[in-house]
Amino acid sequence: MRNKLAAGASLFILLILLSAVFAPLIATHNPAAVDSRSVLTGPSRQHIFGTDRLGRDIFSRIVYGSRISLSIGFIAVGIAVLIGVFLGAAAGYYGGKLDMALMRFVDLMLCFPTIFLILAVIALLEPSILNIMVVIGLTSWMGIARLVRAQVLTLKERDFVAAAKVMGAKDSWIIFRHLIPNAIGPVLVSATLGVGGAILIESALSFLGIGVQPPTPSWGNILMDGRATLGIAWWLTVFPGLFILFTVLSYNIIGEALRDLLEPRLKK
Amino acid sequence: MTIIRCEDIKKYFGVVKAVDGVSLDIEKSDCFGIVGESGCGKTTLGKLILGILDPDSGRIIRNTGKMQVVFQDPYNSLDPKMKIFDVLAEGLVVRRSSFVVRNADDVKRKVEEVLDLIRLPKTALKKYPHQFSGGERQRIAIGRAVLTNPEFIVCDEPVSSLDVTIQLEILKLLKNIQKSLGITYLFISHDLRVVKFICNKVAVMYSGRILESGPVEDVYRNPSQAYTRQLLSSSLTIVP
Amino acid sequence: MSVLEVMDLKTYFYTSHGVVKAVDGVSFNIEKGEVFGLVGESGSGKTLTALSILKLISFPGRIVDGRILFNGIDLLCSDDKLLRNIRGSKISIVFQEPASSFNPVFTIGEQITEAALVHQRIGRAAAKRKAMEYLERARIGDPKRIYNGYPHQLSGGTKQRAGIAMALVNSPDLIILDEPTTALDVTIQAQVLDMLDEIIHRERLSILFISHDLGVISRMCDSVAVMNKGRIVETGPVKNILNSPKEAYTVSLLESVKALS
Repeated sequence: MRNKLAAGASLFILLILLSAVFAPLIATHNPAAVDSRSVLTGPSRQHIFGTDRLGRDIFSRIVYGSRISLSIGFIAVGIAVLIGVFLGAAAGYYGGKLDMALMRFVDLMLCFPTIFLILAVIALLEPSILNIMVVIGLTSWMGIARLVRAQVLTLKERDFVAAAKVMGAKDSWIIFRHLIPNAIGPVLVSATLGVGGAILIESALSFLGIGVQPPTPSWGNILMDGRATLGIAWWLTVFPGLFILFTVLSYNIIGEALRDLLEPRLKK
Repeated sequence: MTIIRCEDIKKYFGVVKAVDGVSLDIEKSDCFGIVGESGCGKTTLGKLILGILDPDSGRIIRNTGKMQVVFQDPYNSLDPKMKIFDVLAEGLVVRRSSFVVRNADDVKRKVEEVLDLIRLPKTALKKYPHQFSGGERQRIAIGRAVLTNPEFIVCDEPVSSLDVTIQLEILKLLKNIQKSLGITYLFISHDLRVVKFICNKVAVMYSGRILESGPVEDVYRNPSQAYTRQLLSSSLTIVP
Repeated sequence: MSVLEVMDLKTYFYTSHGVVKAVDGVSFNIEKGEVFGLVGESGSGKTLTALSILKLISFPGRIVDGRILFNGIDLLCSDDKLLRNIRGSKISIVFQEPASSFNPVFTIGEQITEAALVHQRIGRAAAKRKAMEYLERARIGDPKRIYNGYPHQLSGGTKQRAGIAMALVNSPDLIILDEPTTALDVTIQAQVLDMLDEIIHRERLSILFISHDLGVISRMCDSVAVMNKGRIVETGPVKNILNSPKEAYTVSLLESVKALS
């Protein structure tokens, strides 16, 4: 049962990815095309998901929006992984004062309510897509750092590391060749779950108006558009909402499946 | 020629006196055994001689070029994410400052030569450690150690985790290697029978100290210490 | 009537990589007062045989065939209630890892007392006395300290002796010892085996002694079955097997051990 769920989730993500890549081929309309004759029309054969208050096709906007939401998800997590792995490995391997300093820094970062930090930063800088990616990345590396540090702490005691040292290996060799490849498992799980989280944060920011700015479509700001007209145009809220829901859910399912895949191997 | 000389070395871990004043000489081509039960400090001594740990006091004089090590646990001594080719080649590749292997053909040739020595097929090179048995992994670990032409190898309980029939195989392999390549061994074990099979000299360790040492025949036949006698009598051989 | 009769026992494991025939048609008998050895290398199936006797095989393993007659009762056909009564009291087991006999959160004494209380109709005070008595019999110096001690405070050898005491406290008809001294230091091993030898012969216990070490088997056992890849290769009195082994595998096993002696 769990396997079928994971398979279904992977299929969904694959479709979303494909639609993001091949957006021009899949979208039925130009997402920016304004059409004053079809303002706020419901789902129809011409506009599968209806139109918004400027007459733009919601389906096409969602398809193009997936590009934004997904790329923000991936790049933000990519930044988090880079920072987390680097700091976590250094802390775990070198120990001592470096470890203490880095872990206190992690504690400090964890004390900040991330959302408010992001809000503050975005409010100060302009809400460009790059800024959003970087800010989310800079505020979500802590969990990964701890994971990597914990793994490295046990891994560095293992015989194959001692053997490498006897053979004359330098620290960089041991960290990049031995420790990181073996520590990466849980990080993959965390990263997968993190993509879902990043998408949620972006959607929240865009919904609040400080994320992706119109007219560039993102799932979050389509939602924002729909807020005022919720009573009369449910399609503006339901469809992007469903996409956010299923995408994040799928990433969560895949993340859990990865964890199950890795867990039994840990027993060895 | 003395390869290793330990002069009154001590290593304490807080209150625990792991190595408490050990002096010994290892000559070239020796197979020097250290016997003792768990906690006597023999593994710590091994690590000190290898240079993985530094002694708190005393001196270790090393008169040798490369040193290598073979550990006890074949499940832990190989990186599970590395292909066997890379595992074997690591000693050759690791000292280079870049990750790019120069003289790739040279490395390949040496790896294939060592495969013959440890009697594993070429197909093994593309596989991962978990695809091999304990005995095979230990052979790979030995291959890895031998590949870099070391003069001195520390074997820390290399056969203790293996089945009896495999133990014999591995010990014979180690003996062969010593004969043909002239390598000096430091052989650490809790098993007196194993030490007798492969070593020419032995030191009995207890609580961080060496109680007695000498040629294996002498120590086994005429132990001067009560503890040595106890160790010998506890080693069960088959009652015919 | 034999204490234990194992007939054509088959325990298979159904994994995603196929069926592993861990125990593949094993048969042997243990008479009352006999110390029966089961020798084999790792993976030969000897521990799983012991677990099968106690019906402690869980998914993906299954006992697919065979009969296990304990004092005439087929354990494989018995219900859980009967088995629970038998485990720990009529058949007990000591494992290789000294710590595995004990729950780290309770004292040794509490656990042995508990074992006695669960299976015998005696009061707590009497159970406590029994626990102390067996700790002494296991040649534990200062049994009172050990009684009140926690598992992590004891050495491997002492823990194993306490585990043996717990296995004895209900005067079982059969005790299974699975590599009881393998994890111990050589000198301690000798002492524990001496203690076992004495208790076994004084109380005329029936023992299934599992080990990979022929030296230990030859010291402790009356008869032995040699196991390889889930099957018994050869069975017989220890002297016969050691002096005139008939099967190739037994011969190679003996050769390896003799070469090292």
